[in-house]
Amino acid sequence: MIRIENMSVARQGITTLSDINLGFGEGGVTALIGPNGAGKSTLLHAMSGLLPLASGRVTIAGQDIAGATAQVRARTVALLTQSEHVTARLTVADLVTFGRWPHHRGRPGPADHAAVAQALDLFALTDLGQRQIDRLSGGQRQRAFVAMAYAQGTPWMLLDEPLAALDPRHARDLMERLHALSRPGPRQRSVIIVVHDLNIAARYADRIVALKDGRIARTGPKVIALTSAMLSDLFDTRMAVDAVNGHPVVVPV
Amino acid sequence: MAERRLFALLGLLALLSALFLGWGLREPAGFILSLRAVKLASLLVVGAAIGAATVMFQTVAANRLLTPGIVGFDALFVFLQTGLVLLLGGAGFATLPDLAKFGAELLCMLLAGVALFGVMLRRGAEDVLRLVLTGVILGVFLRGLSGFAGRLLDPSEYSIVQQASFATFGAVDSTQLAIAAAVLAAALTGASLLAPSLDAAALGSTTARAIGLPFDRIALLALVIVSACVAASTALVGPITFLGLLAASLAHAVLRTWRHALLIPGAAIIGASILVAGQFVFERLLGQQSTLAVIVECVGGLLFLFLVLRKSRP
Ligand SMILES: Nc1ncnc2c1ncn2[C@@H]1O[C@H](COP(=O)(O)OP(=O)(O)OP(=O)(O)O)[C@@H](O)[C@H]1O
Ligand SMILES: [Mg+2]
Repeated sequence: MIRIENMSVARQGITTLSDINLGFGEGGVTALIGPNGAGKSTLLHAMSGLLPLASGRVTIAGQDIAGATAQVRARTVALLTQSEHVTARLTVADLVTFGRWPHHRGRPGPADHAAVAQALDLFALTDLGQRQIDRLSGGQRQRAFVAMAYAQGTPWMLLDEPLAALDPRHARDLMERLHALSRPGPRQRSVIIVVHDLNIAARYADRIVALKDGRIARTGPKVIALTSAMLSDLFDTRMAVDAVNGHPVVVPV
Repeated sequence: MAERRLFALLGLLALLSALFLGWGLREPAGFILSLRAVKLASLLVVGAAIGAATVMFQTVAANRLLTPGIVGFDALFVFLQTGLVLLLGGAGFATLPDLAKFGAELLCMLLAGVALFGVMLRRGAEDVLRLVLTGVILGVFLRGLSGFAGRLLDPSEYSIVQQASFATFGAVDSTQLAIAAAVLAAALTGASLLAPSLDAAALGSTTARAIGLPFDRIALLALVIVSACVAASTALVGPITFLGLLAASLAHAVLRTWRHALLIPGAAIIGASILVAGQFVFERLLGQQSTLAVIVECVGGLLFLFLVLRKSRP
C-alpha cells in the first residue's frame, strides 16, 4: 500500500502539487491522467522518493519513503521517467542489467542475468538484446526502458508515458503484459502508469486518478470515474464517453 | 573487445617509454638514464592523472566537452603562484622550500576544488551546469586578478610567474614527483572502487537515482578524486587545459565501452602516451625542449572547437 498524506511539492519555488491525499492498494493498474503540466510526472517522482516534499509524507507499507536508503527505495519502487536518453554505449541487455542495480550494485550475478533474460523475453526484446541502445527506434528503446524497470523486480512499477513512442500493436502488447502482471499471483506487480490515450486508460486500467493544476480532480474505479462531464472538465474540451464491449470509449467531440 | 584494446594501449605506452629512455643513449649512460627516468615518471604521472580525472569529471558532469581545467583549476594555480610572488617578492618565492611550496599548493587546490564542487553539489546534481558556469567565471576572475597582480610585479618577478604558469616538464623535483605519484596511486585506487557506480551515474542523475544510486554522494566522491588528480599534476608541472579532453575523447573512441573500470585506466594510459610520445618527438627527434605543452594545448584546443562545432550543429 502506498499512502500519500497531505503532500505538497514545489519545483523551483513554485508549488506544483498541493494537498494530495491518495492511497494505492496492491495490484491492478492505475492510470494517471490529466492535461500537460498537471503534475503527473511530479507525482510519480515524489512517490519514488526522488523529489523533496514541501509538506506531507509518502509511506509504502507503512515506511516513510523519505527515510529509506536509496537501495531499499529502489527495491520497492521502479520509476520509468518520461525523457530517457542515454549517452553511454549500452546494449539493450546492458541497460536492462542496470535495472538490477539495487540487487547487484555493479556486480551482476547469475540470478541477475536470469532476471534480465526473463525481462527481455517478456517484452519481446530477446532479438534486440545485443543491439546498442542508441541504434534502436524510439519505440524499441522505450520498450527496453520498460524492461529495465520491470527487471528491477519491485512490487511497484511507476511508468511515465511508456506508450509515447509505441505503435498500436506494441502499445496493446505492453498494456496487456502490464495488466497480466498486475493480476493476483506470486509475482504480482502494482502498476501506476501515466497515459494520454484515454481509451488505453479505459481499456486496461482498473482505476483512474485524474490530476489538474497540481490537485486531484477525481479518483475512482474507471467505470465510475470516466464520465463525459469529468473528462470535459479535466481537459477543458468536450468529450463523449460511450461503451463498447463493456469498456468505456472516449471520443473528443 | 575493450579489454584487449586496453592491453594494446598499455603495450604502446610501454614501447613509447622504452624508446624515450633508450633512444640515442650516450655516456654517462647511467646518469642520463636516471635523468630520463625522472622525466618519464613525471610525464606518466601527469598524463595519467589528467586523463583519469577528465573521464570521471565528464561522467559526473554528464558532458563530454568539459575538463577540470576548463572550469577554472588552472586559473587557481596561476593565481596561487602570482599571489605567492606578490606576497614574498621574487627572491622570497625563489627561496621558498620546494617541498613546502608544493605541499601547500597541492593542499590549497584540493581544498578549493572540493569546496567549489561540494558547495555546488549540495544544491543537487541537476546543478552541474551551474557548477561549470561558476567555475568558468571563477577562472576568468582569477585570471584577471592574476593579470592585475602581474602588473604590480617588476619584470624579473613577473618572469618567475610566467615560468610557473605554463606547464614545463624540465625541472621536476623527485620528492615532489614521489608525492604526486602517491596521490595519483591513492586516487586511482579510489577510482577503481567507484567505477561501477560511475557506470550507473552515466545513465543520468534521474535514472541513476531511480535504480538506487546515491548520486550526490558518488558525484562528490568522484570530484574529490578529480580534484586530487588535477591538483597533484598541476602542482607538479603547471596547468595543462586540453590534455584531458584529448585523453578522454580518445579513450571513449578507442575503447568504445561504458565501463569505467576500463575507461579510467584507458584515459590514464592515453594521457600518459600523448605526453611521452610528444616529449620524445620534440626532445629526441627535433631537439626542442619546451614546445610540448604548447602543441598539446593547440591540438586539444582544436579538438575542443571541433567537438563544440559538431555538437552545436542542428
Ligand atoms: N524540473 C522542473 N523544474 C521546474 N519546474 C518543473 C520541472 N518539471 C516540471 N515542472 C513544472 O511542474 C509542473 C508539473 O509538471 P509535470 O512534469 O509534473 O507535468 P505532467 O502532468 O507530467 O505534464 P506532461 O503531460 O506534459 O508530461 C509544470 O508546471 C511544470 O512546468
Ligand atoms: Mg509528464
